[in-house]
Amino acid sequence: MKFKILAAAAAAMMAAAPALADLTVPALNYRTGPYAPSGIPYADGFSDYMTLLNERDGGVGGEKINVVECETGYNTEKGVECYEQTKGQGALLYIPQSTGITYQLIPKASADQIPIWSVAYGRTSAVNGEVFEWVFNMPVTYWDGASVAVKYAMEQEGGSLDGKKIALVYHNSAYGKEPIRTLEALAEKHNFELTLLPVDHPGQEQKSQWLQIRREKPDYVFMWGWGVMNSVAIQEAANIRYPMDHFIGVWWSGSEADVVPAGEGADGYKALTFHGVGTDFPALQEIKSQVIDAGKNAGDGSKFGEVGYNRGVFTAAVVAEAIKTAQEATGNAEITAADMRDALENLEISDARFEELGLGGFAPAIQTSCAVHSSPRLAAVQQWNAADKTWTVLTDYMEPDFEVVDPLIEEDSMAYAQEAGIEPRTCE
Amino acid sequence: MLYREAGDFKTSYAKDNQTFPIRFDRWGYFALLAVAFLVVPFVINDYWASAVLLPFLIYSIAALGLNILTGYCGQVSLGTGGFMAVGAYSCYKLMTAFPEVSIVIHVLLAGGITAGVGLLFGLPSLRIKGFYLAVATLAAQFFLVWLFNKVGWFYNYSASGQISSAPRSVLGFEVTGPTASAAAKYLICLSFVVVMAWLARNLTRGSYGRKWMAIRDMDIAAEIIGVNPLAAKLSAFAVSSFFVGVSGALFFSVYLGAVEVGEVFGIQKSFLVLFMIIIGGLGSILGSFAGAAFIVLLPVFLKNVLVGSFGWATDLAAHLEIMTLGGLIMMFLILEPHGLAQYWRTTKEKLRLWPFPH
Repeated sequence: MKFKILAAAAAAMMAAAPALADLTVPALNYRTGPYAPSGIPYADGFSDYMTLLNERDGGVGGEKINVVECETGYNTEKGVECYEQTKGQGALLYIPQSTGITYQLIPKASADQIPIWSVAYGRTSAVNGEVFEWVFNMPVTYWDGASVAVKYAMEQEGGSLDGKKIALVYHNSAYGKEPIRTLEALAEKHNFELTLLPVDHPGQEQKSQWLQIRREKPDYVFMWGWGVMNSVAIQEAANIRYPMDHFIGVWWSGSEADVVPAGEGADGYKALTFHGVGTDFPALQEIKSQVIDAGKNAGDGSKFGEVGYNRGVFTAAVVAEAIKTAQEATGNAEITAADMRDALENLEISDARFEELGLGGFAPAIQTSCAVHSSPRLAAVQQWNAADKTWTVLTDYMEPDFEVVDPLIEEDSMAYAQEAGIEPRTCE
Repeated sequence: MLYREAGDFKTSYAKDNQTFPIRFDRWGYFALLAVAFLVVPFVINDYWASAVLLPFLIYSIAALGLNILTGYCGQVSLGTGGFMAVGAYSCYKLMTAFPEVSIVIHVLLAGGITAGVGLLFGLPSLRIKGFYLAVATLAAQFFLVWLFNKVGWFYNYSASGQISSAPRSVLGFEVTGPTASAAAKYLICLSFVVVMAWLARNLTRGSYGRKWMAIRDMDIAAEIIGVNPLAAKLSAFAVSSFFVGVSGALFFSVYLGAVEVGEVFGIQKSFLVLFMIIIGGLGSILGSFAGAAFIVLLPVFLKNVLVGSFGWATDLAAHLEIMTLGGLIMMFLILEPHGLAQYWRTTKEKLRLWPFPH
């Protein structure tokens, strides 16, 4: 009897009808597992900004935003399960928060006609909007990031990397392998030697990689890590006394959770970034007063102002802008996933608009188009100060070497189109 | 209570030796097959297929395979994840090299290739047993995952290292790829499960099964009475790896569609399948299914109840899932070390005798 009730309850809630009036944004977060230190601040930031919009403005266009959290643990199978469960609830777009899950969902979401926004992670060739109609890769891609890192290193070396050695410590997954092809092309162009050092999931065993670095003494070490791999790598680098200002991580390897565990040893560590640091922005202050102090925050409020948190805020702000664009384009407040896709393709957020949102100077202006699903493709370099426990942005936003990156994007997207049997559409 | 065995007698040895000698069981089995083949495809949706039924069916095949090796033949193996990877990658290479050939052939051939690899890694079993053999198969697990990560030929030199399955059709219905319908994917997996389970049942109750069980119970005595340990152990590895390879091929091509070997076929997969057969019952066909159902369905059920109905935070639910699964595993093993299959056997005996206690 009890079993029957349980079974009936299970069946009932699996078939439960969703609340259709809200704008549903699924959040494929991970608050558990080895990637939780990286995943929790982002998840908190995203949900808190959406809560702010709901509380302060009553949502977007009068419709409240319903963030449906689903725990993936950075695991592909759970990611697929979360996708299948939430897609029927009127999901407007998917932000998989994992390159592996993104690769997995690209064909599925394209078939189900729900856009995917890969927030500065894979699959980079999605920049080619003619092949990847439903996938977006704003505001910057891994290949752009690799190019910017090389450009910065070149500037530091006085304009030339001839004969220098650069090592890439990367997560041994699709995510970590993304920059390799670009770095190899750049190594040929600028005549530096590239060493590839993979680190297996979850990334706690890195002694052999860092012993090799200690032996070979590369001039620069780039890192494409995530979760505990970041903090372990920075600790290992400190142990072998590698000069931290020559250690540059990608934007996913540059958050407080990664540097704080190494303490003083992490002083001077650099990372790429595509948005501002700190809490000195009106919108963030409003989140503090109206959401966190009011007790409506998603997490425990301790991640406020961290790099990962700000990234969540950035993502949420752009999603809200896209929803607003879609509402203006269609003329009604209840938009569909297809409307969302059109909005993401015609997204324009100027510096003035960022100012209006209370995020003036937080990120460079965005302008996507049909053929180019990434904008503005700029990255800056930030540095960690262990004494003050703050990040400082060292440079202006830099452009990548489009001459190297764009042909690679074209090649990879065409290869995907052939493999998946996609006919590239034409953009006017 | 449910069993009415009056008048149910056998007139031939064949009928006496059948898998389901009791009429009620036989009819129940055919009814289950009828529902599974004729009713479920019409009511299934994407979520049920991808979160519940497909993983259950595919893991059942893997559990059957490992049960043959560990449950029937007594050779502990922690290489299941690696062998599933062999199945997946062989299927991928065959699919990309011979796109016109049916996916069913590719899956079976992938199973065959995995049988060969399993045979190779089973050679240490002739010299070592038990715990030490587990370590040797652990080496297989790590070696195979490393191999598929390192050697570009296996993933056709793709930049991301991922393999993905292109759309393929069986009898005009797409079964792989993103546009395959839930019903088609479900039916192809169900067909494979029925065939593999039939194969497993008949192998294990035939002379091969008896040889395997003799090796498991006391291998020296088995050798004395004439069971060739080389043939028995290696055939167990080969057959088991065939099952695991088919499971891995289906896992990649039908269920996930795109796979990264380090994440999907890691050591945790090997442990997962081992837990399935331990909880389900070693040396039992039904046990493989029961264990797979338990391990696949319980987390999904808990998540839907805790997050969906009660509205708890997702991380709390995820942590509770792990704790509950672990707690239930411990509870089952303390209360019934022979697994869920033994529970079923006891229940059935009681049902047959009801209202008499013995």
